[in-house]
Amino acid sequence: MKTLFDWLDNRTGFRKLTREALYENVPGGSRWRYVWGSTLTFAFVIQMITGLFLLFAYSPSTQTAWESVYYIQHEMTGGWLLRGIHHFAAQAMIVLLVLHLMQVVIDGAYKAPRELNFLTGIMMLLMVLGLSLTGYLLPWDQKGYWASKVVASLAGATPVVGASIQKVIIGGSDFGHHTLTRFLAIHAGVLPGMIILLIVVHIYLVRRHGLTPRQPVRRPDVAFWPDQVLKDAVACLAVLVTILFLIVSPRLFSPDAPLGAELGAPADPSEQYSAARPEWYFLFLFQFLKYFPGDKELWGSVIIPSIVMGLVFLMPFIGKWKLGHRFNLGLLFSVLIGAAGLTYLAYAEDRQKPEFQLATKQAHASAERAVALARLRGIPESGALTLLREDPLTQGPRLFARSCASCHRFDGHDGMGALPADAASAPDLKGFGSREWLAGMVDPEHVAASNYFGGTKFKDGKMVRFVMKDVTRFDAQQKERLKKVVMAVSAEAGLKSQAGADRQEVTAIEEGRRLFADSEMRCAECHQFRKKDEDATAPDLTGFGSREWLISFISDPAHERFYGKRNDRMPSFGKEHQLTPREISLLTDWIRGEWPLAEPLASAKH
Amino acid sequence: MDSPPDSHDPDRREFFKKASAVVLGGIAAAVPIGAGVPLLLDPLGRREDAGAAVHVVNIDSLPEDGTPRKFTILASRKDAWNRYDDAPIGAVYLRRIEGGKVQALNVSCPHAGCFVDYASASRAFLCPCHNSLFHLDGTVAQKSSPSPRGMDSLEVEVRNGSEVWVKFQNFQAGHATKLARA
Ligand code: FES
Repeated sequence: MKTLFDWLDNRTGFRKLTREALYENVPGGSRWRYVWGSTLTFAFVIQMITGLFLLFAYSPSTQTAWESVYYIQHEMTGGWLLRGIHHFAAQAMIVLLVLHLMQVVIDGAYKAPRELNFLTGIMMLLMVLGLSLTGYLLPWDQKGYWASKVVASLAGATPVVGASIQKVIIGGSDFGHHTLTRFLAIHAGVLPGMIILLIVVHIYLVRRHGLTPRQPVRRPDVAFWPDQVLKDAVACLAVLVTILFLIVSPRLFSPDAPLGAELGAPADPSEQYSAARPEWYFLFLFQFLKYFPGDKELWGSVIIPSIVMGLVFLMPFIGKWKLGHRFNLGLLFSVLIGAAGLTYLAYAEDRQKPEFQLATKQAHASAERAVALARLRGIPESGALTLLREDPLTQGPRLFARSCASCHRFDGHDGMGALPADAASAPDLKGFGSREWLAGMVDPEHVAASNYFGGTKFKDGKMVRFVMKDVTRFDAQQKERLKKVVMAVSAEAGLKSQAGADRQEVTAIEEGRRLFADSEMRCAECHQFRKKDEDATAPDLTGFGSREWLISFISDPAHERFYGKRNDRMPSFGKEHQLTPREISLLTDWIRGEWPLAEPLASAKH
Repeated sequence: MDSPPDSHDPDRREFFKKASAVVLGGIAAAVPIGAGVPLLLDPLGRREDAGAAVHVVNIDSLPEDGTPRKFTILASRKDAWNRYDDAPIGAVYLRRIEGGKVQALNVSCPHAGCFVDYASASRAFLCPCHNSLFHLDGTVAQKSSPSPRGMDSLEVEVRNGSEVWVKFQNFQAGHATKLARA
């Protein structure tokens, strides 16, 4: 063994190097305030290791980025932990960088002859921010996509060169495959490479000029090893424990919260995302921008931040003047306090916005849905977005809010959970076709209310009159019969949610079908039901509420089979091409409660 | 870092510090690596599911004289996160044999996995990579062949008198015995 080491030492001189590294002098003894540099290096090493592992599984293209990250997070062994560490170590780095910067400025460690230490440090700070910006996009989820769009547009607004810079960075005039390949190359190649170089220079310079002791020095100098190393190791471990805590902490509050870093729904350029916000440490800039509207924007996005950065770069030289150090301290603390204040304002503003709260909730819901669908059947070649685009539960509410909610309601809201400004002027379609829904329709107390025909011109129509006059006078026995008619008509829908009841109560349903034609019930006077009736004037109730019926109805309610010329304001969505056949099917399936995984997954693994 | 109360001896104190520094530093470095290794080894825990038999062709499309024909196998397939329906997962040579039966050979060469050709002139299978030669029935046709075994036969069945159903499977190349690829 010794001979081997001798041979190695002879060729490399590693003994001298190690000795120099370990027995570096620490003036005034080891101190906790010297640990920041080491913890930062440690965090960077964590990022290199976890990042390299992630590269083994990540695939940069618009059809595979989200998908591969989903696979890492939810399918691969330990993927959630690996990704979680990478995510939170990135945030830890930002915090540590700020702490390190504070320590250096407060201790005056940036002054001559250590100007270059300081400058390389600030350059690394900027590069780490660059890592964070590029890394935010790589999962290609809604949140990263929209936040990065904002950043790219701001960069593009820089005069003269902006547009070209933007085009080069995102690899085209719009986000696409090459945005991801380029961001990955910058994130995993260019920036880490440059940072490694700078770390080498930085540490070399620190060693050359030594640590800056806090004056006055009261204790004797010691060697770096083991006192300071031990303190550094403890600090690194503390950083690691914090990271691990952040990964598992959501579970402490709710048993099936996702572990580790969040993964939003796959990026969709056509889907509004009102919950778009940058990472928390960029929030202050985001908030800052709000104070520079219109043509003043450049001040907030480029000019002022550049001036501040310029002043920071000049700190070592400003520090030479008599009051320079005070000025630097003032600058540092005003920036930090300003940033903290702006961050607080950004959060406070969002907390007061119900739209933002709702958007965040919807974002979580579609993220969960995308994962559930991906797990159920795997992801098609065209990518995970297809899963959501063909999912009634995802598209139904959106289509309803867009096309139906100006008149209809769904359980009192617009399908997405918001309340439209105008009052409802057509029936509430929650549970359409079910027994409860139909029971309300023949209930004198409800039929003319706003959640049925109250807002329509049928308010004074035959149906309402029948219910208000005849049904009101029904005795208990007649009411019993009416109930059977309701069961019979409702059975036409073949609703999944009612399948059990429909199967069990066949006899009652049979009887209801017979009663439908009974003169006492008067239904057949206007409605056609299960047999041809040339004189029918009201919608055909054969197959009422079934998939086929509802699709045809939404396509053309003014068709003779339905309202014919009596149709109120409802557009013929299909016939007039206001909705595509695919959209009508999605809407229908959603209203009828038919979608994959109707019961929520027992509990997603992570 | 306070030293334990009983360690007044400076040597022991020094040793305690060194040991803790090494152990704590080691733990800190081990965690990120430890988190990555399972992901790296993740493929070891995944099995290729043996595919079910698929209907490839009707027997009438195979030449009566026993000349092999090449067919693509379409089946659903999972590749990491993707699921493909009716995707090409491989190819087979099908050929009529006696008794109204059909023989199915995987086109992949048992030597190192190249796509084996059918050489119609010599009525034999020839691998273009290292010239392994196989008889029509798939057995090795050379004294010293690069291939350690004959071409891999697949389970095949004629259903309803005419439908040729093949259970497609890949085997590990380079071994004398036919080992299913897991
Ligand atoms: S791969 Fe066929 S002969 Fe080598």
